[in-house]
Amino acid sequence: MSREIKLMLNGNQIFVAIEDNWTLLYLLREKLGLTGVKEGCGQGECGACTVIVDGLAVNSCIYFAVEVDGKDVLTIEGLAAADGTLHPLQKSFVENGGIQCGFCTPGMILSAKALLDENPQATEADIKQALAGNLCRCTGYVQIVESVEAVVDKSSEDINVVVRETGESG
Amino acid sequence: MQTVLYVTDDQERKGNKEIMEEFTVIGKRISKVDAVDKATGRALYIQDFKLPGMLYGKILYSKYPHARIIRVNTEKAKALPGVITVLTGEDIPPVRLGVYKDNPPLKAGKVRSYRDEVAAVAATDLETAREAINLIEVTYEAVPAIFDPEEALKPEAPLVHENHKTNLLKMPWNLHYGDVEAAKIEAAFNVEERFSTTWVTHCCMGTSGAIADFDHADNLTVYTNTQIPSLAQKDFQETLKVLGFKDKRVRVIKPCIGGGFGSKLDTYAYEHVAILLAWRSRRPVKIVFEREEEFCATSPRQPTVTYISMGCDKEGKLLYRDMSMVLDNGAYTSWGATTPSVMMMPITSLYRVPNVRYNAKCVYTNNTYSQAMRGYGNPQATFAIESAMDMLAEAAGIDRVEFRRINSNQPGDVTPQGLKITTCGLPECIEAVSRDLEFGRPREKGVGVGLASLIHVGGGARIYKSDGCGTIIKMDDYGKVDVFTGASDMGQGADTIIAQIVAEELGVKVEDVHVFHQDTDICPWDVGAHASRTTFVAGNSALGAARKIRHRLLNMASETTGIDEDKLTLKNRAFFADGKQVLPIGKLLRGSHFKPRGEMMMADNFYDPPNENMGRDFSGNMSATYSFGTHGVRVKVDEATGKVEILDYIAAHDVGRAINPMLLDGQVHGGVLMGVGYALTEQVILENGRNMNPDFRDYKILTAMDAIHSKAVVIETVDEQGPFGAKGIGEPGCVPTAPAIANAIYDAIGVRIKDLPITPEKVLAAIKKKNGAVSCGIDAFTQKEQPCE
Repeated sequence: MSREIKLMLNGNQIFVAIEDNWTLLYLLREKLGLTGVKEGCGQGECGACTVIVDGLAVNSCIYFAVEVDGKDVLTIEGLAAADGTLHPLQKSFVENGGIQCGFCTPGMILSAKALLDENPQATEADIKQALAGNLCRCTGYVQIVESVEAVVDKSSEDINVVVRETGESG
Repeated sequence: MQTVLYVTDDQERKGNKEIMEEFTVIGKRISKVDAVDKATGRALYIQDFKLPGMLYGKILYSKYPHARIIRVNTEKAKALPGVITVLTGEDIPPVRLGVYKDNPPLKAGKVRSYRDEVAAVAATDLETAREAINLIEVTYEAVPAIFDPEEALKPEAPLVHENHKTNLLKMPWNLHYGDVEAAKIEAAFNVEERFSTTWVTHCCMGTSGAIADFDHADNLTVYTNTQIPSLAQKDFQETLKVLGFKDKRVRVIKPCIGGGFGSKLDTYAYEHVAILLAWRSRRPVKIVFEREEEFCATSPRQPTVTYISMGCDKEGKLLYRDMSMVLDNGAYTSWGATTPSVMMMPITSLYRVPNVRYNAKCVYTNNTYSQAMRGYGNPQATFAIESAMDMLAEAAGIDRVEFRRINSNQPGDVTPQGLKITTCGLPECIEAVSRDLEFGRPREKGVGVGLASLIHVGGGARIYKSDGCGTIIKMDDYGKVDVFTGASDMGQGADTIIAQIVAEELGVKVEDVHVFHQDTDICPWDVGAHASRTTFVAGNSALGAARKIRHRLLNMASETTGIDEDKLTLKNRAFFADGKQVLPIGKLLRGSHFKPRGEMMMADNFYDPPNENMGRDFSGNMSATYSFGTHGVRVKVDEATGKVEILDYIAAHDVGRAINPMLLDGQVHGGVLMGVGYALTEQVILENGRNMNPDFRDYKILTAMDAIHSKAVVIETVDEQGPFGAKGIGEPGCVPTAPAIANAIYDAIGVRIKDLPITPEKVLAAIKKKNGAVSCGIDAFTQKEQPCE
């Protein structure tokens, strides 16, 4: 069955017609052209497709598109500021070697963002816990964890905190 | 030799200021040139490409590990709306793939593994293609299959390829240098043991995929994940020839690759199936693997059974090493079958050992077929060698670190295989590990330390007749540089390293350099991203081209300014004389286009390293220089559960020169964790040829929770052959990990695990056996009593 849903996508309100059996991943990648959302397994095991829905990091490959009706969705394409300024996490991944092949990167950064929005002073253990669902085969995670820690170390002021109640993208 | 030791920590690096200051770009922690694209989701992978009119292809795989194909009925699939083309093995001309050309992209008559491609569909959308595949009816007649390579060598074993007459591949991997038998008699201490390693797979986060597209004149463009664009181009050209297209162009475009690790060293059935479907459909066809396919239909690292004996004299000097191996090749032949050529390197040349013998048998079975993976056989060989080194040290009553010091390779050595060791930081690596890990520290219960070393090709590897790479550099009117390289970036940072090398040589900034590495129409030839060769070979190639440009720039600048060439320096995008800027590069270049007999700034360079093909006896200096390293690990073993916890890890590598310490650390940390997975958790479980764990729930690659605090120590030996002294470092990080861990477990609890992966079950069983238990309980799967082995 098809229906129309309404959502905030990367800060813009959109209306889109979907089929009930579409995953959020399918909607974002195939219908809306947001190919920064990666499909690594399609089974919710690798985290490459991670996006943020109302402040929570979710695997979009096992999340029905219909469920984002009325919600706020942030993909990697919406993370940098409108003028192109990178989000502190993006900048940190770039500068600290957190990226190799890059396939896990969008999901990794968004999982890290969801964590830091919730807990700006996350410890190394918190970071590892939060990223445990995002697999990476290149880095051994060392420089990924360092990339997130480097953002934690700074004052949390320059991180846009998502206010979950109002559903605004950061 | 200039040897520099530093820990890759900026504080400690300051000690090397005098060396670092001569460069503006080399040796700096520079961000990857593609990192912003990847951090913002702009980077395009094969999954992200769509062409107008593109169809989606799917492949039907075999339902049996070994069977005759009696009939394939495609009528229902063809009748499904949206299906454009259905192909079976009977519908295609005789295209053959792989090193042995024993593998048709679609099988006719017989299937030899569950992975065998039986039919393929192209449809207007993916769902329809999936549905159509399920509508194809195949009638099989199963025949006896063989899954154990040692069993497959027996005369009564079923033949995987009847016309091959035997399951033993006709690749005689045999070498014998010195006299091993005499050395065995002479040796004061000997050890003899059997080790085994299992199937593990690359687990690239981006799955495999390709798009094939013919133009109106039958020229072919293939977008594909490949580490070998130039060789893939040749493979695809051969397929075109079989299709009857002669003298047609093939263009290979390589999108961003979501991880390589050796998995993309060959062309595979899916790429050729995409070509065949596009040929028949006259429309572009895209095939992208789902994760289950990625596990089941890509080629894993081959498992080995290794018998090793090794002996030393009373002083602990190695006298001989005698090894034989059986490798499971699987049903078809890709580069996995040639990994013994690289295994020979550690076998003959890791530590000084005068008498060496080795033979390897690659055997056809009805398993999936194998491929090289990070290290190209070196991890399997080093697991046996370095485990046996500890056993021999113990037999000889010599401290393990001292035993390795006694036998360490040294600069200037020529090994029995004829490898010429030039720079060699192995002694420094051993010292760094033993000092950092405090081997002498008092022992706690259940805690142990272990170490293991490696040798690897660090200056290319002459596998083919050429080990070359081409580069073209052109500069524009504003002093910006375009570099067209044969190198393949797959995430490791080849494009960044090349940009750094060129920027350093031309006195420009890294952001002024744009590296093109993804298109055979634009980029020069190269043999591919293998053997940790890219920084060394492509780096030298780029450096040579940049030198030509630099020479011409200085020449022109001298003419323009009237200042002698040797008084001009090139830095910060300009020419300087007596410390003052005299002419910006851009201004000089613009001028050169407007003067009489104007010229453009462009240079090419082909670099083929001074290394040798192996001779008939497998001797020869296969690499222009060698990389060394030592890993040390402290583990804690829970004797109640068998669980192994890594407390400390140190990886010391002789890298020649760290061109980009940040990327170098990334290669080491990534290699180490891949090695830890190899040691402890990873295994493709094949049950009668069927993959039983084709997903990330059951195939255990390590997660962020399992990440270890590995400490990377870099030893710079500044090799005179390397670009700015660099050697290759892509593979070494995962080579000595498993034996270092196995040695640490032995040190901790006195049991030696000889079969990878070292799972808690194996550790527990070994502990029980050591304590005299006969039964190790009831196996949950088989419900049978398990012996403690």
